[in-house]
Amino acid sequence: MQDEPTPQDILARVAHFLRSEVMPALSAPHVAFQARVAANAVDLVIRQLDLGAAGHITEHARLVELLGRDDTLTALNTVLADRIADGSLDPADPAVVAHLTATTCEKLAVDQPRYSGYRAALDKDF
Amino acid sequence: MNRAALQRLAARIAPGTLGEIVRLSGGATQELWRFDIDGARYVLRRSGSGDQPPAIGVSLTEEAGLIVAAGKRGVPVPRVVHILEAADALGAGFVMAYVEGEALGARIVKDPTLAHARTMLAAQCGAALARIHSVDTDPLPGLIDQSPADIVAQWHMAYRAGTIRRPVFEAAFWWLDTHHPGETSPARLVHGDFRNGNIMVGPEGLTAVLDWELAHIGDPMEDLGWICVNSWRFGRIGLPVGGFGTREELYAGYEAAGGCVDRAAAQWWEMLGTLRWGVMTTGSLARVRDGDMSIERAMIARRTSETEIDLLAMLAA
Repeated sequence: MQDEPTPQDILARVAHFLRSEVMPALSAPHVAFQARVAANAVDLVIRQLDLGAAGHITEHARLVELLGRDDTLTALNTVLADRIADGSLDPADPAVVAHLTATTCEKLAVDQPRYSGYRAALDKDF
Repeated sequence: MNRAALQRLAARIAPGTLGEIVRLSGGATQELWRFDIDGARYVLRRSGSGDQPPAIGVSLTEEAGLIVAAGKRGVPVPRVVHILEAADALGAGFVMAYVEGEALGARIVKDPTLAHARTMLAAQCGAALARIHSVDTDPLPGLIDQSPADIVAQWHMAYRAGTIRRPVFEAAFWWLDTHHPGETSPARLVHGDFRNGNIMVGPEGLTAVLDWELAHIGDPMEDLGWICVNSWRFGRIGLPVGGFGTREELYAGYEAAGGCVDRAAAQWWEMLGTLRWGVMTTGSLARVRDGDMSIERAMIARRTSETEIDLLAMLAA
């Protein structure tokens, strides 16, 4: 078993260092901007470490239910994409809409939890 | 930047002393420089060091011609003062008079000094678009004709060039196929990238329409849909036009300036516009896989999910 602090604990300190010490020390606006992007990127990785695995499990379970078969997550997503593309699955079907919305919200919780469209989707309580 | 070449160029533009030269922005394919001659400010837009013609869109020389033509129709644009020639030894490009104003979308939606401007801005954008759509394209070289079906096919190909299959994108392509409003408005000059981020705004509203490189001939409703894509609202989701106005204001401005709005088509183009930006973000993943080491590039690839939630909201509407 690996010792602590956890990867999240360590990365949180990297992001803090970038924001509190690196950014103020940079005079070139372009480089300061990149440092901010870097801190945001570290935050994203922390969120994925916290949420990613659980999201993949729930997405996989929904796909098995929706498609009536089991496979890898990538393979099941390919089947779903094919079925929507060839018209055999109606993307307006409430079960399909619910799955796509839940999956997209799981991604946004990692990618950009402050995004306006994500907040609006949560408010609608899909 | 070759200062000697810029010195010779400045002498052709106006008498006086060349002052400081500032790189404003620009990526690998284009550069934007600001300079002044006796205090009067100018902007040089020129091809990057690669000097390669753009993979899509019009050349810089053609872009300058478009800006002049649009200005003659009453569209607020920067004044083009010189188009680069081979003898200028600065590559391809053109020089514009500097336009005062705010170009950063995030500031345009919230800067308190622009509160008055925001009350008029959507209507002004509508009027500018109607005037762009009235430009006579016969004398303008380099514009390609793109039907709605061409554009869907182009972005479907770009999507499938990536390795990841995306059920939400498939649903959006299905919707676009099954919901096209039918007959298309007569083909016009389309700006192609008219959005918050490519406009200059001052205290009295719209001061200039920028970045004409994606101009083409096609359905004018494309521009009315693109400016409403949520990615350009900078968090102001309730104000669909660039985060500063309503569709009704945009359409009223467009119609008052002589345009004819097909609302169903504009909504169709908003779906396609959202999908287009989504596919563009997935292109960043290919660049990362090819070894691009930019953190920003990697983070743009993680913005695809933003367009997916927007597509789902439109699919449910």
